Amino acid sequence: MMTGQPIAEGLFTWPTDEPQLLGARCRDCAATTFPSQSGCPRCTGRSMDVVTLPREGVLWSWTVQGFRPKDPYIGPKEFAPYGVGYVDLGDVIVESRLSEHDRERLAIGQRMRLAIVPFVTDDPDAHWLTFEFGPVNDSDEGE
Amino acid sequence: MDAAIVGIGIHPFGRHAAMSGRDMAIHAVHQALADAGIQWRDAQFAFGASMDGGQPDTLVSELGLTGLQFVNVANGCASGGSALAMAEIAIRSGAYDLGVVVGFDKHPPGAFNADPEEHGIGRWYGETGMMMTTQFFALKIQRYLHDYGIERRLLAQVAEKAFRNGEMNPNAWRRRALSVDEIEQSLMISDPLTQYMFCSPGEGAVAFVVCRGDKARTYSDRPTFLRAVSHVTRKFGSFEVFSPWLSPERGSSPSADGARRVFELAGIGPKDIDIAQIQDTESGAEIMHMAETGLCEHGEQGKMIDAGATEIGGSMPINTDGGCLANGEPIGASGLRQVYENVLQLRGDAGERQVPGEPRTGFTHVYGAPGISACTILTR
Repeated sequence: MMTGQPIAEGLFTWPTDEPQLLGARCRDCAATTFPSQSGCPRCTGRSMDVVTLPREGVLWSWTVQGFRPKDPYIGPKEFAPYGVGYVDLGDVIVESRLSEHDRERLAIGQRMRLAIVPFVTDDPDAHWLTFEFGPVNDSDEGE
Repeated sequence: MDAAIVGIGIHPFGRHAAMSGRDMAIHAVHQALADAGIQWRDAQFAFGASMDGGQPDTLVSELGLTGLQFVNVANGCASGGSALAMAEIAIRSGAYDLGVVVGFDKHPPGAFNADPEEHGIGRWYGETGMMMTTQFFALKIQRYLHDYGIERRLLAQVAEKAFRNGEMNPNAWRRRALSVDEIEQSLMISDPLTQYMFCSPGEGAVAFVVCRGDKARTYSDRPTFLRAVSHVTRKFGSFEVFSPWLSPERGSSPSADGARRVFELAGIGPKDIDIAQIQDTESGAEIMHMAETGLCEHGEQGKMIDAGATEIGGSMPINTDGGCLANGEPIGASGLRQVYENVLQLRGDAGERQVPGEPRTGFTHVYGAPGISACTILTR
């Protein structure tokens, strides 16, 4: 298993061999958020429970970041493009970095799976971990 | 009581190294006061909008210390529209007869960099590179193109129109027409959107003198009337800037809600509109907002654009001053620029970009993070 520290507390279960994102579901109306929050954005109630979210979903939309973001971005000064997308997990559609940034290999509708990966920075003492989704396998693309 | 716009002022948009945001605001206010034939001391109230240009109410040190009510308004890219909406309510309520609205800004070069924690989102969201307005617009149009089978080439066509209109606007920032090829082949910012399909944060100022409708002719022989103004925030199920998650239960957007409301209030429909200025933060936003605001059906945009409907001489001229794409986006002023353009067009003062046929009814729509929309309907 990867060593390092999650980029933020409460985003995903860790350490574990089968990590999952942590969201919140409303006890009254079942609205689901990511990350977790205490108020329900749908029914305005205050009965949200922290829940684990499915590890696989379907790519809902995608793009490729083509330039280095400003602060508070902490990625390397030497910029490399990265994919960003929304993945439909059934009860909630989550935004995530993608393992893939080749536009020819990204398509709405393809199956995606969660992974916990190192988030590389220029600080040699930092060992951050973050979440990303990647295609389940190439032959599933476009389904 | 409808509110009327009886004075308009603008400082050209773009980059002005020698001028502060406040300088531009004062320029625009003086122009608007002169247009209405009044002095600053006549104004009973003011609403001001600016994010990076300075604190609006401090303009009184230069304009005059008259003791008037001056409220600062901040609503992201919709700030200017919000300020005008508040002024309209101040008049409609009967509390005031005559006041000023001013929006101005002066942003540093490059993309906006919003602070995640100010938006109630963890810092990780920005640290890992997802707190980007550019990504949102790309993700939204990517899905939209897929859902409605809209051709990608339209993205460049919309930008091409914007710069062509901007060339005819002496107050625009980008005044050189660009070809579809130049736009498509510019730097890929966030797939499918290239550099010239995006507007840039910039500088500029717009001001209005507003008054009770029944007193409009005291100040102007060509008043325009704010028939309706709406201002809404997002509802559950919408898809907005800076959203770490969306609901699979898809709902209407604040742009759709704001437009529906303003048409209801005015008692007219999109078919009654002669000219429209809608938020085109990037060219895909113009395409999506055309349908969200009810100016066409979802999926109909390609047919309309190819038929020239959105051109200055078309059946539904859109963003006749070059929009955000050609003017840039000083967010305090941006929503007011749209209204300024409609006033010019309704007065018949738009010069070489004048919409033919003496337009009578104008629509504006501004959209801001994280899901705010302000719309107006203006008539003469």
